[in-house]
Formats: sequence, C-alpha cells, structure tokens
Amino acid sequence: MSLFDYTLKELQEKLHNNEITVSDLVEASYNRINEVDGQVKAFLTLNEEEAKKQAKELDEKIDSAASILYGMPIGIKDNIVTKGLRTTCASQILDNLNDPLYDATVIQKLNKENTVNIGKLNMDEFAMGSSTENSSYENTRNPWNTDYVPGGSSGGSAAAVAAGEVFFSLGSDTGGSIRQPAAFCGVVGMKPTYGLVSRFGLVAFASSLDQIGPITRTVEDNAHLLQAIVGHDNMDSTSANVDVPNYSDAFKEDVKGLRIAVPKEYLQEGVDPEVKEAVLAALKQYEELGATWEEVSLPHSKYAVAAYYLLAASEASANLARFDGVRYGKRTEKNVDMIDMFKESRAEGFGDEVKRRIMLGTFALSSGYYDAYYKKAQKVRTLIKNDFEKIFDEYDVVIGPTTPTPAYKIGEKIDDPLTMYTDDVLTTPVNLAGLPGMSIPCGFSGNGLPIGLQIIGRHFDESTIYRTAYAYEQATDHHKKRPNLGGDK
Amino acid sequence: MTNFETIIGLEVHVELKTASKIFSPSPNAFGSEPNANVNPIDLGYPGVLPVLNEEAVNYAMKAAMAINCDIATDTKFDRKNYFYPDNPKAYQISQFDQPIGENGWIEIEVNGEKKKIGITRLHLEEDAGKLTHGDDGYSLVDYNRQGTPLVEIVSEPDIRTPEEAYAYLEKLKNIIQYTGVSDCKMEEGSLRCDANISIRPVGQEEFGTKTELKNLNSFSFVQKGLEFEEKRQREVLLNGGEILQETRRYDEQKKETILMRVKEGSDDYRYFPEPDLVPLYIDDEWKERIRAEIPELPDARRERYVKELDLPVYDAGVLTSTKEMSDFFEEAIEAGADVKQASNWLMGEVSAYMNKQQVEIHDLKMTPAALAKMIQLIEDGTISSKMAKKVFAELVENGGDPEKIVKDKGLVQISDEGQLREIITGILDENEQSIIDFKNGKDKALGFLVGQTMKATKGQANPPMVNKIIKEEIEKR
Repeated sequence: MSLFDYTLKELQEKLHNNEITVSDLVEASYNRINEVDGQVKAFLTLNEEEAKKQAKELDEKIDSAASILYGMPIGIKDNIVTKGLRTTCASQILDNLNDPLYDATVIQKLNKENTVNIGKLNMDEFAMGSSTENSSYENTRNPWNTDYVPGGSSGGSAAAVAAGEVFFSLGSDTGGSIRQPAAFCGVVGMKPTYGLVSRFGLVAFASSLDQIGPITRTVEDNAHLLQAIVGHDNMDSTSANVDVPNYSDAFKEDVKGLRIAVPKEYLQEGVDPEVKEAVLAALKQYEELGATWEEVSLPHSKYAVAAYYLLAASEASANLARFDGVRYGKRTEKNVDMIDMFKESRAEGFGDEVKRRIMLGTFALSSGYYDAYYKKAQKVRTLIKNDFEKIFDEYDVVIGPTTPTPAYKIGEKIDDPLTMYTDDVLTTPVNLAGLPGMSIPCGFSGNGLPIGLQIIGRHFDESTIYRTAYAYEQATDHHKKRPNLGGDK
Repeated sequence: MTNFETIIGLEVHVELKTASKIFSPSPNAFGSEPNANVNPIDLGYPGVLPVLNEEAVNYAMKAAMAINCDIATDTKFDRKNYFYPDNPKAYQISQFDQPIGENGWIEIEVNGEKKKIGITRLHLEEDAGKLTHGDDGYSLVDYNRQGTPLVEIVSEPDIRTPEEAYAYLEKLKNIIQYTGVSDCKMEEGSLRCDANISIRPVGQEEFGTKTELKNLNSFSFVQKGLEFEEKRQREVLLNGGEILQETRRYDEQKKETILMRVKEGSDDYRYFPEPDLVPLYIDDEWKERIRAEIPELPDARRERYVKELDLPVYDAGVLTSTKEMSDFFEEAIEAGADVKQASNWLMGEVSAYMNKQQVEIHDLKMTPAALAKMIQLIEDGTISSKMAKKVFAELVENGGDPEKIVKDKGLVQISDEGQLREIITGILDENEQSIIDFKNGKDKALGFLVGQTMKATKGQANPPMVNKIIKEEIEKR
C-alpha cells in the first residue's frame, strides 16, 4: 500500500505520531514519479530540490497545531503561476517563463497551510482541450490504460493523483477541465462556484468561466483542500465575498430526503450505454440511501456547447493577445522587423488548437458578427442559468454523467475538434451557469476505464455536493481501486 | 460663391491625478525614471487581474458632474482590443456603451456671445504606455503611464468655429482644474486633444466627411490646425474635389495640416464587457457624496466676484481663469487686502512676473497674506506705490514679511508734515521761476517741483502729501 492510499486524516495522525515524516511523504512522491512518470508523463517541471528542503524544515517545526494539509505533497496545474518555478501553460510561447514574479493567490494560501509543491502538471495548452494532447510538450497518459487519454485540460493533475504521484493536485475548469479528467482517471474533482476561489495568478483562458479547484482521491480530502483555497481575495474583483462554511460538516449528514434532479438531456443518445448504466446504478444506490430522484429537463443545454465555445473563445482571443514575446515569454529568433517579430513569435509559440480558438473568438467579436455570436451566446448563457435555477427551486442537486463516454485512445479524436467539443456537452452548462460541479468515480467500463458521476449544486452550496458525494462514496468502493502501473504502489 | 458651415467636435483626454493607478497599486506619478512605477499588473503579466481604484471613479464622477453630465447608475468596463507595444495586455480597459457620464454641456463665450456646447459622454479608461522611437531601428517603451486613470470627454458636434474650439478647451480645462481631479497640463500630456472637423454647404442637413486632427500640442495649435483644415477642405470642395476620411497632424513649423493616414472603414476594436471586473452600481448616496465635494466652479465664482465683491466683469474673469489664482485672491482678501487693490496686483505685477519668469502661482515665494500686508502698508501710507514695487520684487523672489522688508531696505515713507514742509520750503526758495510758471497755468512746473522733492528725500516722501504741501506753499507766496 502506498502512503497516498491513506486519507488526509490518517496521514496527519501518522505525522503527529512520528510514524512518518514530511520528508517520507515527499520522498514517496518523487520515488513514485521516478517509477511511473516515464509512462504517465503527468509532470512538466519538478520542484525536487526545493520540495525536499522544505520537507526538512517542516519536519523540524511540526507541532500539534499544524493544519490538516501540513506537509502534504501537491501538484499544481501549469497555468497557475508559481513564484520562481517555471510556469508554461504547456505552451511554447511561455517555454522560457522560468522565474515567474509572483505566487497565485491559491499558492499563497497553500503556502500558509505548508503543503509541499512537488511540481507543475501537464495540461492542454492554455487549458484548451479535453485530452491533454494539446500540450506542446508531451501526451499525458491515462494511468488506467496508458494507451488512453487522461482527459483534459487538467490531464496532468488528474493523472498524477490517480497514479499516486502526489497526494492531491490543483486543476482549473473552464468547460469541464477538472471534472472530465477526474472522470477519465477515476478520481474526485471539484469545480467550485465561480467566484469562490481567487483567479489571481491563474493564467486566463476564459475569465468569466475559469475556476481553480481540487483533485483528490477521496471526497473528504477534496473538501479539505477546497477549504484551504477559498475566500475573498481583493486582488480578484470577481472573487465573491461570501461566508464559507466548514465543508467537513457536510460529512456528518446523510442523504435521507435529498431531492435529486436528473436532466433527461444528460442520459440521451450520444451517452455511452455503459456510462448510462453506471449512472442509473448510482441513482439506485441513492434511492437505497434514502434520497429520491426525478427526471427533469434542461431545455437549453443543447445550446451550451455552442454558446460556451463562442464565449470562451471570445474571451480567450483577448486574453491571449498579450503573449507577444516582448515583456516575457519566447520571442522568435528570426531577424525580422517589429510587426513580423510579433507575428512570428505568436505563429511559432501557439499550437493549432490555441490558434483555432483565437481566430474563432476574434471572428465572434468582430463588428457585424458580435450580435449574432457573442451577444446571442450571452443570452443562451442566461437561459441556461435560468434552467438550473428553476430546477434548484425544487431539487437539492442535479446528477448525471460527467462525460458521455469513458476515456478514448490517444490520437482517436485529435483530428476531429468538433467531436471533442461536443463531448463537453455535460460539463459546459455548469460553467456557463457559474455553478459548482463535481465528478466522483461511479464504476468502470468493460475495458476497465473509470466512469464519472457528476453532481451539480446551487451557487456556493459546495457543502451539499460534498454531502451527496460522500454518502455515495462511503456506500461504494470504486474509489479504492487503483490503476496497475507496476512498481511499488 | 457657396457658403460653408464648419462642424467641429473635440475629443479630450484628461489624466486623473489619483495616488495610484486605475487597476493596480502602482504609483501614478509624472516624471519618474522609465518603468519605475510598474508592477506585474501594469505589464500584463500572465495571470494578473485588474482591480478598480474607487478613487478613479470618484474623480471621473466629479469631472462629469462639473460639466453637467448625467451620472450613470449602472455602468461597466469593456475591453477595447488593439495590438500595439504601448498596450501590454493588447486591450485597453475602457467603457463602451455605458459611460459614467452622458448628456453634459459647458457654456463658452466668444466675442461677447454665450453658447452652450453639448458633451456627448465622459468615460473612464486606462492610459497606455509611452513609446520612444530611436533612430537605430529600436523603439523604447515606458510603462509608467500605463494604467493612469484617464477620462475621455467627447463633445457634441456643436462647435462652429476654430475660435469656439479654443474657447471650449479653455473652459473645459478651467472647470476640470477647479474640480482638482487633474492638472490639465498639455505639456505633460495630462490633457490631450483630438479634433474632428467637417464642412457642409449652409442649409445642408447631412454632415460632410470629417477629418481628424491629432498631435495637437497646445490649444492655439488646435485653433490654428482647425483654421487651416477649414480652409483646406473648402478649397478642395470648391475645386470639385472630395474630402477623404483622414487622420492629419498639425505641423507647427509649416503651419499646416499634414496627412498621416487615410482611414478605410472604421477600426474594429471588438469591444466586449470586461469579464475581470464586475459591473459598477453607483447609487444616489454615492453620487451625492461626490457632488458635495465639488468646489465652487469658475462661472459661479466669477458671478460672485461681480455681484458680491463689486469687481469689474473683466477682473472677475481674469481672477477666476485658474483656480490657483482665484484661491490666492480669496486668501489675500481674507487676510485683509482691499478687493480692488488685490485684484490690480494679481492682474498686474503678479501676472507680469509669472509670464516673464514662466512660473505659476505656487512657484511664488509670496504668500497671499504677505500680499495683503503689503497692500495695507500702501494704504496706511507707510510705503508709496513705487516703493511697493521694490517690496514686491523682494517678496516674489524670496518671500518674507513685507514690514520687515520695508524696514531692512529703509523704504519707510516720509509722511511727517513738518519735515516735508521744511524740505519743500527750501526747494521753492530755490525755484522761483517754477512758482511763476505754475501760477501762469503751467501744470508741468508742479511736476518738476514734486520731482525735486522726491529727489531730495531719495524717493521716500509721501507723494500725495508732497503735492498738497507744494500747492499750499505756492498759494502762500
């Protein structure tokens, strides 16, 4: 059994009883990375020297008041800025951003909790993609079957946790980028309510949709990590000033009387029969636990993917315009004049998918097209929000699959961006509505790949999601299964 | 043979002098070392976010209120996309369809006629960095100015002559300066102006094609540029030509406008709502709080000077032309100076000195209280007006107490009647001829005698007394 098969609580007990040290945990992390990351390829940059030094310091100063996250090895998605530690967004244009000037707010918060940053995790370039195949560096592989994608864009974050390389990780979710890879990799991924976690230091893809969130092996650990990173931040105007509950309290309650809504659109054709079966089985489990479920409709969800790609690309086209190789990042080596220097740097620095979305967004915002695309998409966004609000008048959570299918093979869809976009049908409505959504493991496909169950809650009601997820997790043991990567797990 | 009507609209950018920038905590200061006032937010570093400086909103509201704008209750910021090295995010955070202020106006006066010029909008945005183009093929960029809060004030096309444009700019600057939100210094770039001008045959409803004048470095160049452009457009049309939508600059040496570029279609800035900032809700309480902070504006002040202080309209106009001058004046009369005397000194000696030295009131060493004191010394006869000029010269250069200056320089006036009568008697004794001349109606002779007395007293004799005593003594003879 690996150290990371324990829960956070168990590990903290071991730390305080001197059964293990922070150095042991950090050592375990790097050992595992050495063993399996050649196959998984979850990491882009390791922070080994610094992490080991920090571990020693933490071992010296540990006391009984240490927080529950004390000394825990964590991996960070590479679009979260880490002071002095290379941050590339998996893009060639930031290939040389080796010494970033500041720490993202979430990193500052984690530093206060004394987690240990093991390294930076692979992703689709600028978080654009659903398979991590758009990384300009390497393909991360699904630990359950390395021929398969880990999902994306937080593919590295999900794979590293699933492979036992880090205890937990941070990802970011703009249209499903935490939940979908969590589903593909059989781990727990939370996309918090928009505004709950500060975006300061998250390299923006689509500012009105991006949220940072935790990826863990268990629901309880997920709540602990989220607790550490939430809160109002005066560096982020969109960060909400709300009272944050103690998420652990959610685990004291059961789900008797919980009212579950299941959108019929989430189980329609296009959803793989195995996935549908697993979700229905989960709903049966909830019935046994005392919850009720009913079919509802999200009538506008069919427009979600189109609206999402217009809005996200529009914002991205502006957000990514700053990368010109002048103030930071990689500049073309060609000897050209100023305007061509910009053009060449961007042509060389961005990959195909990023270019595709910049062009799409630029087009959608152009005069003469703005009303038909951007503005209309904003209206759809409002309608989708209203759909959910109506449901939440009568139900506590919305449940469905996280993805229409389990993970697919590397290379299988990369030449078909439209199919990949439509696969986001179940996750993007949540971002458009600004709601919290989580994916937890709910079974496996016939060929042994994980299936994710998506639980969506009211704005700022992460607690109910945790309660719902925890009850299911305690009643099942999907989360206890581990991928077989060889080595000493 | 065709009569044309000129249509002018002005776009004025005014930098607000808040302590920090509009979206970052960097200092907002002019004249620092290049890139000294810059942090990752100003650089558009990956991952940074803008946070609105509320003071910038307050300042913009103040300016908008002072020019009679309606203040928006719901307002927001938008991204204006354009790619240029002075703009590190490649978009400028500005306001597109919900500006802070709309539907304002200011009143101008040209050749004794008053006219209201409408103001379409005032919106808040961030300034860009500054480029310096070297001759080695490299361009340098200084981001100190990046993120300086800026308001753009767009006039209605109500201006009909270059002279009106000049008056509009003077008035606008005057009002904004009074609110204290900006220095409005064109030479430091804290006030900048672009002008749109078109002409149309009198009676035609439709506007003609307009040209835009940029790089206008002073109000008088705005006027001159417009005058040239008005004439140029007329000549083009009269010769059967066509006005193209162009951007032109004014060449100060050649005194003409020069084509920079022809505009094809309109620029597409792909505006969309800034997702990093939340919409701004300005409630009545906030508006009223700011309204209460707006000081008395120049028009009101001018009127008060005429009505309550009995100053001539001309004086009131000159004194209120800058808030600094006007405040100085008020402090001087507060300290006891005679109103008309204070006005005369400020419009006369003080203004002449400032013009000559190219300085402003705050550069003077003289305080308003010192000016008041000096005026009192003249009035109570301690010094003559002539002596006062010496005292003034000392005061503006080095400051100090007028009474002390008078003593130190031995400038005290001889107002002792007995002493003066004795000196004058002696002078009259030596100038019999002048007495005869005076009695024969030659007024010049009196001047000569006064001059002799002043000479004898080294200029310290009290002139009105000298006049009086000479006349009395001549009468006696």
